Amino acid sequence: MAKIVKIVTPLTDEVVSNLKAGDRVSITGYIYTARDAAHKRLFSLLQKGEKLPLEIRNQIIYYVGPAPAKPGYACGSAGPTTSYRMDSYTPALLDKGLKGMIGKGLRSKEVIESMKKNNAVYFHAVGGAAALIAKSIKKSEVVAYEDLGAEAIHLYYVEDFPVIVVIDSAGNNFYETEPPKYAK
Amino acid sequence: MRKIEAERIKKKVKELFLRANYHIGEDVLTALKEAREREVSEVGCSVLDMLIENYKIASGEEIAICQDTGLAVLYVELGQEVYIIGGNFREAVNEGVKEAYMEGYLRKSIVDDPVFARKNTGTNTPAIIYTDIAPGDKIKFMVTPKGFGSENMSALAMMKPADGPEGIKNFVVDTIKKAGPNPCPPTIVGVGIGGTADKVLVIAKKALFRKIGEHHQDERYAQMEKEILEQINNLGIGPAGLGGRTTALAVNIEYTPTHIAGMPVAVNVCCHAARHAEGIL
Repeated sequence: MAKIVKIVTPLTDEVVSNLKAGDRVSITGYIYTARDAAHKRLFSLLQKGEKLPLEIRNQIIYYVGPAPAKPGYACGSAGPTTSYRMDSYTPALLDKGLKGMIGKGLRSKEVIESMKKNNAVYFHAVGGAAALIAKSIKKSEVVAYEDLGAEAIHLYYVEDFPVIVVIDSAGNNFYETEPPKYAK
Repeated sequence: MRKIEAERIKKKVKELFLRANYHIGEDVLTALKEAREREVSEVGCSVLDMLIENYKIASGEEIAICQDTGLAVLYVELGQEVYIIGGNFREAVNEGVKEAYMEGYLRKSIVDDPVFARKNTGTNTPAIIYTDIAPGDKIKFMVTPKGFGSENMSALAMMKPADGPEGIKNFVVDTIKKAGPNPCPPTIVGVGIGGTADKVLVIAKKALFRKIGEHHQDERYAQMEKEILEQINNLGIGPAGLGGRTTALAVNIEYTPTHIAGMPVAVNVCCHAARHAEGIL
């Protein structure tokens, strides 16, 4: 049984460098959420040289658009959305200091190169385990782009949020290395 | 003629979308547990365990199985002896969807114009409604909240008759290979063959309603299903695309007559959740 690496946010270069593809990780601390529409706005601000509505240096962004929370719940079901749709916006955010991304699915060559250049890590959260993942989200508030509804930028406080390092800062990619071991 | 009130249509649609979003099918749970027994990848087993636990939580607490509560798609068979009163059919269906999503703590995921403003409609409507008129005096509903992680991996190929079963198998397996981890494997793969470019995609999605483990009643198509499933699982993509022997739980082929010059083939992918519900008025 693989052991679980416990990390807290914000991330540090040292922590990120030590995370290897395949590591099971448990995240505690604050993380931001953003997906398609929010990324488009953030990217546009970066292109114009304007200030972002959040400090992303050393932070983690979770690609998610959560379901609404039932009364008594901090957060509705909140599994990852497919990351490749954020690819074109990501290198600019990594250049600005974003250290970690949580999502699911393949990333482009450009994103992986930028991760290596900026010492950043990409975590995989299990798609389909949305209700289970929501249990680790203890607090949720909208911090930007409220008009986007489920696509707004949230700040979550998470405890033991379960993820797997799927692409590490050296560019090792679990989506590429693992399937051939099980192929026939 | 049998009168059915629009209000009853609205209530039935609401009930079906809530059910599909909270409760996974028994056949899916069984298939996941069986896959868990057979899976050899450690990470794969851990992913399957998380999925099985997720469905227990969602069902027990009546919360969404997945945050992508999908675009509402309905296949309705309207008995030709039915006479709808007290409202407009399409409006009643959309009201039912709206109420399910507003009251059921389900995410609203529909945008109005797909290219420019992409403003969320706030109600998870409009639904996509396919209606068929059939003999009888009932209304049969088959509904699916279709998530787009899987939907985005769909594909269409206008193949030549000469491409044959081998061509079809290669196309389906290639489509799943390209999709990799994106549609949340293990997936259910709906395959449509025949018809026209649009019809073939409709039947590919309808193929997703079949109970897992059931095969096409035509032995030749059933054989194709088994071969494609084996080839897909031999890709090694595994649960969540992190490597393993369980990449697809089922491949369901539906075919329909087509033109002498063509063999349209469509793949509509669904994640393992295969959310759908059926009901009759």
